[in-house]
Amino acid sequence: MTTRINPALIGFTALVYVFLIGPLVIIFGAAISDTSYLTFPPQGLTLHWFENIWAISAFRRTIITSLQIAFLATTIALIIGIPAAYALNRYRVQLPGWLSTLFVLPILVPEIVMGFSLLRSVNVDSGVPIFFTLLIGHTLLVLPYVIRVISAALSSFDFSIEEAAISLGSRPAKTFFTIVLPNVRSGVIAAFILAFITSINDVSVSLFLTGPGISTLPIQILAHVEQFFDPTIASVSVLLMVLTVIVMIIVERTLGLTAVANTK
Amino acid sequence: MTLPLSINNITAHYGTTKVLEDLSLDIGEGELVSLLGASGCGKTTTLRLIAGFLQPTSGTIRLGDKDLTKLPAHARDIGLVFQNYALFPHLSVRDNVAFGLKQRGIAAAERNKRANAFLERVGLDHLADRLPAALSGGQKQRVALARALVIEPPLLMFDEPLSNLDAKLRVDMRVEIRKLQRANGTTSVYVTHDQEEAFSISDRVAIMNEGRIMQLDTPETLYQRPANAFVARFVGFENLIPMTVTARDGETVTASLSDGSTLKFSQDRFGAIDDKFVLATRADGLSVSSDPGAEGIAAKLGLRTYLGRAYQYECETVAGKLIANGALSNPLEPGATAKLVPVADQCTILKPE
Ligand SMILES: Nc1ncnc2c1ncn2[C@@H]1O[C@H](COP(=O)(O)OP(=O)(O)OP(=O)(O)O)[C@@H](O)[C@H]1O
Ligand SMILES: [Mg+2]
Repeated sequence: MTTRINPALIGFTALVYVFLIGPLVIIFGAAISDTSYLTFPPQGLTLHWFENIWAISAFRRTIITSLQIAFLATTIALIIGIPAAYALNRYRVQLPGWLSTLFVLPILVPEIVMGFSLLRSVNVDSGVPIFFTLLIGHTLLVLPYVIRVISAALSSFDFSIEEAAISLGSRPAKTFFTIVLPNVRSGVIAAFILAFITSINDVSVSLFLTGPGISTLPIQILAHVEQFFDPTIASVSVLLMVLTVIVMIIVERTLGLTAVANTK
Repeated sequence: MTLPLSINNITAHYGTTKVLEDLSLDIGEGELVSLLGASGCGKTTTLRLIAGFLQPTSGTIRLGDKDLTKLPAHARDIGLVFQNYALFPHLSVRDNVAFGLKQRGIAAAERNKRANAFLERVGLDHLADRLPAALSGGQKQRVALARALVIEPPLLMFDEPLSNLDAKLRVDMRVEIRKLQRANGTTSVYVTHDQEEAFSISDRVAIMNEGRIMQLDTPETLYQRPANAFVARFVGFENLIPMTVTARDGETVTASLSDGSTLKFSQDRFGAIDDKFVLATRADGLSVSSDPGAEGIAAKLGLRTYLGRAYQYECETVAGKLIANGALSNPLEPGATAKLVPVADQCTILKPE
């Protein structure tokens, strides 16, 4: 017996895919077009626009800054967010209900407002280097996502497993690393990827916090399109996507492997 | 190694709610004591206090000559078996069992050897390399059992270890638990709300209610001589009949119900009888007699049910609704009047509540 699938459903699914993938195809096409303006379908084939990214020093610098900020902000957010999410879930019965809401509240604040307040409170008077203001801004930006995603992973974690380990002689702190973390691994990976992508694509917060000599890639892209309309933009976008995918793969591999190593 | 456990005057709170009140319990070396009681009576709380996941407000817990309340949970050296197994999902069955040995600094080769040996004892050596997710409920609980036993703890604790298993497996597993516990001679606390389970495997059973132990005794004593009305009802004494002594003649005591009808009791059988007491029986302990002259409680019969070995009747009496059994040879109709005659060796007497 075969299951008949409604042809309308197949059509609809195909449409969704076209909708999702279409823009990507257009960007890829535009990035390799041998024309001096953005166009699709590509006319001629060249990798010139990719070389051009490296030739423009502002792109070179901002790519590195963006990667550094995204990586550091994500790492710091995980270091703060994992224990916070753990505490929120472990002591859920003892803690007031509004507390976990409080931790995800920043998601509701428009990012642009957050960037502006950070600008006023940190950047202007305190003399903190721009790189660190950016880092603080991005950490605050991604922290609620980290807490949210790790909390979701922990909410299905059975804490009696932790108690079993402790009763068998494992210290609570060690138990956290050998028993709790390996079991919320997928949550940590998801949080890392989500935070990294949020940071590396962010415009609103960065807009206020970049300054002389330091900018992020999305801000640089904005600056570039104000003056030029060449396919470099498309090739930068492709590069950004490729970098993000590479980071996702690396994260998946390394965090995946640590968890496997832990079982030995 | 095995040690006696001594809980002295423990009081415990969750926030401001008192959950255990002045609870004391002594468990001898190698003894298995069950905590039995309805949901919410404080069984799990008692275990968590002993395990160190909760601190008592006052009182002490001693294992041998160690004061457990002064030790953190990971240093208490207690084998725990949970209702939901609580196996480590990311570790193989063998690594689950070896986990406690690893914490004790035992080298990999040695701990794997011991883990394998224990898995063999619970009949799971062929599954040592599987992950817990690939086991059935019964197999999981065997792994949990091996994991708790392999560290050779001086105390074992079980929190409703069988309630997630089906009825047949529950019976098999409880026998297995008892055998392993006996073989190792480990002092054990076993929490359950299943009376049959508690009575069948325990040396003694503590019947709990609202954070207190109502009676701690052997299953036989609890079953035949409950110490109070709560325990009596718990072990199935359906009929609790208040009586007042009206005459004493040597060891024979005459007592009456509120309608003035009298029954005779022997102090040789029941011990010293107070002026006011409660006669407690199961349905078996009240025999329905159609002889109007019999010495018993006047009753109007209600619904009759067939039990195979007897008929059971709902009866209206001055002491309220009672349940009594009658002979198969003489079925009586609803609405008939009869006498309910206490069967002395099926009765016990209690202090009034
Ligand atoms: N974390 C908690 N916070 C507040 N009250 C609690 C907490 N855990 C349990 N209680 C309360 O303490 C009382 C005793 O709970 P406990 O878990 O010891 O019951 P139990 O006898 O094990 O019941 P069950 O048979 O349902 O497992 C209950 O009234 C329960 O509502
Ligand atoms: Mg319980």
